[in-house]
Amino acid sequence: MNDIGLIHFLFVSCALFFIGIYGFLTRRNMITMLMSVELILNSVNINFIAFNKYLFPHKLDGLFFTIFIITIAAAEAAVAIAIIINLYRNHRTIDVEEVDSMKY
Amino acid sequence: MLSSSLTVLIPFLPVFSFILIALVGRKYFPSFCGALGTLALLVSFLLAATVAYEYFFVVGKVAGVYQQIIPVKMTWLQFSPNVSIDMGILLDPISVMMIVVVTLISLMVHFYSLGYMKGEERYATYYGFLGLFTFSMLGLVLSSNIFQIYIFWELVGVSSYLLIGYYFDKPSAVAASKKAFIVTRFADLGFLIGILVLSFYAGTLDFQTLISRLTTQSSPQFQSIAAASFLGCSALTWGLVLVFIGGAGKSAMFPLHIWLPDAMEGPTPVSALIHAATMVVAGVFLVARLFPVFNMSVAALDVVTWVGLSSSFIAAIIACTQTDIKRVLAYSTMSQIGYMMFSLGVARNTGGENGLGYMASMFHLFTHAMFKALLFLGAGAVIHYVHSNEMKDMGGLRKLMPVTHITFLVACLAIAGIPPFAGFFSKEEILQAAFNSNKIVFGFAILTAAITAFYMFRLYFSIFWNKEYHSHNEGHEEHHGEAPFTMKLPLLILGLLSICVGFLPFGDLVTFNGQRLLTEFHITFSIAPVLLATLGIVIAWSFYRKEGPAPQKMADGLSGLYRGAYNKFYIDEIYLFITKKIVFNLVGRPAAWIDRNIVDGFMNLLATITGQLSFLIKKMQSGRVQQYAAYFFVGVIGFVLIFIYFWT
Repeated sequence: MNDIGLIHFLFVSCALFFIGIYGFLTRRNMITMLMSVELILNSVNINFIAFNKYLFPHKLDGLFFTIFIITIAAAEAAVAIAIIINLYRNHRTIDVEEVDSMKY
Repeated sequence: MLSSSLTVLIPFLPVFSFILIALVGRKYFPSFCGALGTLALLVSFLLAATVAYEYFFVVGKVAGVYQQIIPVKMTWLQFSPNVSIDMGILLDPISVMMIVVVTLISLMVHFYSLGYMKGEERYATYYGFLGLFTFSMLGLVLSSNIFQIYIFWELVGVSSYLLIGYYFDKPSAVAASKKAFIVTRFADLGFLIGILVLSFYAGTLDFQTLISRLTTQSSPQFQSIAAASFLGCSALTWGLVLVFIGGAGKSAMFPLHIWLPDAMEGPTPVSALIHAATMVVAGVFLVARLFPVFNMSVAALDVVTWVGLSSSFIAAIIACTQTDIKRVLAYSTMSQIGYMMFSLGVARNTGGENGLGYMASMFHLFTHAMFKALLFLGAGAVIHYVHSNEMKDMGGLRKLMPVTHITFLVACLAIAGIPPFAGFFSKEEILQAAFNSNKIVFGFAILTAAITAFYMFRLYFSIFWNKEYHSHNEGHEEHHGEAPFTMKLPLLILGLLSICVGFLPFGDLVTFNGQRLLTEFHITFSIAPVLLATLGIVIAWSFYRKEGPAPQKMADGLSGLYRGAYNKFYIDEIYLFITKKIVFNLVGRPAAWIDRNIVDGFMNLLATITGQLSFLIKKMQSGRVQQYAAYFFVGVIGFVLIFIYFWT
């Protein structure tokens, strides 16, 4: 355990990813679900950075992708919050279990 | 020179009026539509008269022979370098004569309807349909191409359907229009197949080329059509007989005549138009148009002769027993059309004495148009006055309706063949043609002529003499007199024409080969028909001048025959039996069963399977976002596993 390698980063990102998936599937509060999605995106970011650093240290592709993803995540959060606000106005709740009128 | 644009206007003026009435007139100036239609027809008639004058007396004749002139022709559909459907106008003696007849009768009907149809709810629509009907018939007679004639032929069928079913809220009118349409449509199937047979062998659809190829014995087309045989007859005979079936359907020849009496459900002026000028003579015209080809096949001409003769005879017998005045007239039309047909049938070997039948048929068509239109318009006036079609509601009308009475009498004399009225001359020519070729035909023809005189005068005496008229709807006839001026004028014009058109030198104008045909007037020959006709009139006079027991006694004496004829020889019942009992049971019901159980069953099975399946899986659409996300996640995992382990 003297050196931190690629595998450690991947382990962290993998853990982060599954924590995000778990949160997305089990949390009922939409805000929390949105946070879980952010976790998933960040796990991907970690992957990008880790691969960039260890496999292609002379390139910056992974870095750029990460910046893109952060930007998109911000936009996505804006959209998602708008949706949540509208949902709240219509249903007086942001519990996804309550909002199941769009079905067969 | 004949102006081609003027000739084109003749058929197109009525259709312009139809389009104008249908698009704007019906909505914005409905009461003006009658005048519009009449005006269009008036111009059309004047043009037709001009064209006829120019054709017959100025440009038509070259070296003593009337030429076929094609002032307008354009290729419409080109199938192959040699075969195309053209739209054109063909002027020859018969088509020029027909445009005059059609526009004249149609003009009379238009004018008459101004009074007769006044106040009808669909007055404008009626005039629109009349315009369409006239256009179709004019297009039919002017066609230069056998396919063009077929198109107009169907248009005539459609517009007659519209007019017969004019009172569409009356179930009997709806049934009659359907019957007319279906029966003639059925016959048109024969016509279409006939066209295909003839044009297949001739390699063209153009009338002139087709006729010249199929009448030249040495041409390869004639040799192939005469050599090809099917069931013992040559393809030529088959083609012609099939074409004749189409003609027989439109012309109401036995046994396809059943639609004609029912077609009386339309307004009476329409009956006049159908019977005198537009629809029923189309079959005769078709046979006359293709007559050079018919002339090459004795068998086909024999079919024409015997079908015409039997229709003529049967219809005359039925007409004696009918009590609805329009039905009597309908059967008399059928009888007279039968005359024209067998007259064409006995005309053989072109010119001279033997070509008499052709000219006589056209002559009779011409004179018949005048007096039949007159009879129908007169009957219309009577019906307008009495408000009934039944003879028993009439009688003693001669003082109440003097103009109708005189003109009706003229028409009856004309159809009975009493000199010097129009029908005498044309009927004389037909009888002479029959006498020259076949004595049996002649015998039946002269017998029919006598019966014709009898039933027409039965009609005449029953309407105008018989008993004192007393109204059936009290207090009604006080507020209208005999008929308005618009109804009387056509009666007077047609009455005048019925007296004098017989003197036209028809043999000089309309003959088979365009050459002058000298007709001799044998005074001795005409004694027998005139005597027989007079006898018929006298019998009718003694029976029906006064109400009496004689007709009933006569009917009882001939009870079997009378009942048969009264019920139109049960031909309608035979048709119903064949269609309802045989066709429906043996063809219709099995087909319906297959359709319902096998075709529909297969589709129902597919639908049921889909429905059941979707019922099973619809629970997956729960509306819960997280469930969907779980499906998605499982799916992605599945794909990843496939990529890792199975995708190599």
